[in-house]
Amino acid sequence: MAIQNSLKNPPISAKIGMVILVVFIFFAIFAPLIAPYGEAESIGKTWASPSAEFLLGTDNIGRDMLSRIIFGARMTLGVATACTLLSFLIGITMGLLAAVAGKALDQILSRFVDLMLSIPILVFALMILSMFGSSLFTLIITIGILDSFRVFRLARSIAINIVVTEFVEVARLRGEGLWWIMVREVLPNALPPMIAEFGLRFCFNFLFVAGLSFLGLGIQPPFADWGGMVRENGRAIAFGIPAPLWPAIAIGLTTISVNMIVDWILSINARPSGASAEM
Amino acid sequence: MTTPILKIQNLRIESLAGDVLVDNANLSLMPGKVLGLIGESGAGKSTIGLAAMSYARGGCKITGGQVEIDGVVIQELSAEGRAQFRGRRIAYVAQSAAASFNPAHTIMDQVCEMPVHHGVRSRIEAEAWAVEMFRTLELPDPESFGARYPHQVSGGQLQRAMAIMAISADPDIVVFDEPTTALDVTTQIEVLVLIKKLIRDYNIAALYITHDLAVVAQIADHIMVLRQGKMVELETTGNILHSPKQPYTKELVEDRQTSDVFREIILKADREVILDAAHITAHYGDFEVLKDVSITVAKGETVAIVGESGSGKTSLARVIVGLTERSSGDLTFLGQTLSPALKHRSRDDLRKVQLIYQQPDVALNPRHTVGEIIGRPIKFYFNRTADEVRERTLELLEQVGLPADYIDRKSIALSGGQKQRICIARALAAEPTLIICDEPTSALDQLVADEILKLLQKLQDELSLSYLVITHDLGIVRRIAHRTAVLLRGELVASGATGDIFKPPFHPYTEKLLQSVPELRESWLEEITAKRAD
Repeated sequence: MAIQNSLKNPPISAKIGMVILVVFIFFAIFAPLIAPYGEAESIGKTWASPSAEFLLGTDNIGRDMLSRIIFGARMTLGVATACTLLSFLIGITMGLLAAVAGKALDQILSRFVDLMLSIPILVFALMILSMFGSSLFTLIITIGILDSFRVFRLARSIAINIVVTEFVEVARLRGEGLWWIMVREVLPNALPPMIAEFGLRFCFNFLFVAGLSFLGLGIQPPFADWGGMVRENGRAIAFGIPAPLWPAIAIGLTTISVNMIVDWILSINARPSGASAEM
Repeated sequence: MTTPILKIQNLRIESLAGDVLVDNANLSLMPGKVLGLIGESGAGKSTIGLAAMSYARGGCKITGGQVEIDGVVIQELSAEGRAQFRGRRIAYVAQSAAASFNPAHTIMDQVCEMPVHHGVRSRIEAEAWAVEMFRTLELPDPESFGARYPHQVSGGQLQRAMAIMAISADPDIVVFDEPTTALDVTTQIEVLVLIKKLIRDYNIAALYITHDLAVVAQIADHIMVLRQGKMVELETTGNILHSPKQPYTKELVEDRQTSDVFREIILKADREVILDAAHITAHYGDFEVLKDVSITVAKGETVAIVGESGSGKTSLARVIVGLTERSSGDLTFLGQTLSPALKHRSRDDLRKVQLIYQQPDVALNPRHTVGEIIGRPIKFYFNRTADEVRERTLELLEQVGLPADYIDRKSIALSGGQKQRICIARALAAEPTLIICDEPTSALDQLVADEILKLLQKLQDELSLSYLVITHDLGIVRRIAHRTAVLLRGELVASGATGDIFKPPFHPYTEKLLQSVPELRESWLEEITAKRAD
């Protein structure tokens, strides 16, 4: 069947994406073992050029750029993944509930989400982070909840298409309760299109975290994270030193690789009704 | 000696995964002649029909053979060349008119699109021609019909509009892909007559694709029988009907003939009444969909509810199970009143009445295995252990004639008939008293439908089940129903023993229904039209 073929034969772009992503995940997991220097070791001259000693040069206070990039993978990827997992947990639960539990609850949830979505996400995040501080915990919760509103919309529209099928009606006719219908009938059918969305939301959250760090409200020093590194090394560009480009390239590569993988997944999951899995 | 207008030689079509969909198809069609393509689902009839336009659906590829229209091998043409042919020399009438019309454009815009695009007529000429055609095909208000949108007209009207759209650029060949399958029997006759008229008046060569032998017998000069992509037999219509050579063709002809024969089924009198629906009225919003309908079902009995689209038969089923709340009337089941709404009924009430759907594909959760599907009612209603559930599931699989190793398979890969058996097993798992079958075999091929009906009867004999069968197919009614009720626009027009309903004196609507079922004779359509004209 065509679907099995696609699963075994990802296109070149998806393969490249997977390789790059795996490399970064490897960095994230094994950072302490593979980085040549420590995360916060200030041992070289400021903004030294790439050399045998420091493969990508040094940053604004003399730390090895390559090591910071490797350690940065942990924070940046890790926080983005945590945010996306949280937003999906909340978003899918609320979305399925809205689709399954009746019109009244649907209206309440949907209108609340509309309200939340009308506030620009950056402003909202900045507000909360400046009120409650930028600890990792607050950061993950904030972005997780803010993103969950967007996930809610998608999960709900996917679930609504499933809820009107005959097999869900069969379950209702049997007398099944809300929990069963949501988790055993609707969810297994809603997940495949959501997988692609996970990749897309991950990219968004990832960029958002990097952006917040760039503004100084995201991940705090001395933790390495790519957004913060762009900020710290920003001034070097004025002197023709490519230091901020390295973390920026890392951000770009990650986003592109995830997107290429998501494109491939979306092409497998095209709905027979003609609507693609992406809304 | 005229040359064939359409010639297909050694056509081979494969799916992208490598399965062969059509193997070595050969046909040649003379101008003004009709070739019927008949076969079951998956036989390759639509695939061949589309290949005649050098078109393959997504997931398929034409890998061999050639298609010649009026001597030109159209596959060798460029995309522009093919576009010149499509619509202008060869046109296509799809099965579902509703899916083929763009809901955002008026009917007139769409009917005029082809002649204007191919330069056959100017827009004004095309509109005038269209209005004439609307009149000829007896569409209501021909002058203003074109201004309507597709959703504003009925199925039969839209199908006629699609036929008009197909011939609007004066094609030489038209491929009719199951054009009347989705219509009611009474509408089907009208559309068949008009299609035949069009073919005659415009000297069109037609490929008529259908799975119904009686329908194709009315309209085709030759019939090609297809099975799994291969041609089984190609003969004149008369030869196919009266002296089929191949065993498969014989099977198809005999099976169709049996549905014409009426067998009276007698049921022992004085059976306990299990379902009593009295004076049921139901509304969808302000629209009254059921008007004072009363029906009873006794133990071990099959009651058929017959009607066309809009008759209210599905609504009646929904009222009985509680999906739709009745506005008034009483519903008693096994002596107890059933409340109007589903949520107020007890689990046991819900257990005893089971529903089987028309389309088994959507009635089964594609992410569940067969074992999970059948096992759930057992666990839910009877709270058995996992081992007991598995044992009972295997018993049920055997009872419906499915192999035991299906228990761990997902249902999606199975055929329509097998899926319907799973639905039946699922219904049986609840140990019900009454099973409501909503068009249980309409979505299945003839031979497969036969087996499902036999299975249902066997189960009724073994388990003393009662059935309420909703259908528009009088063949099914005659074969399995003890009593029948006929619905017309929400009202009960006839009710009683099947034998009595289908013997004169008839209610006028019953008579119309009976006459509309195509019979396996070539002259049937002419006879019916002549009768109607009186």
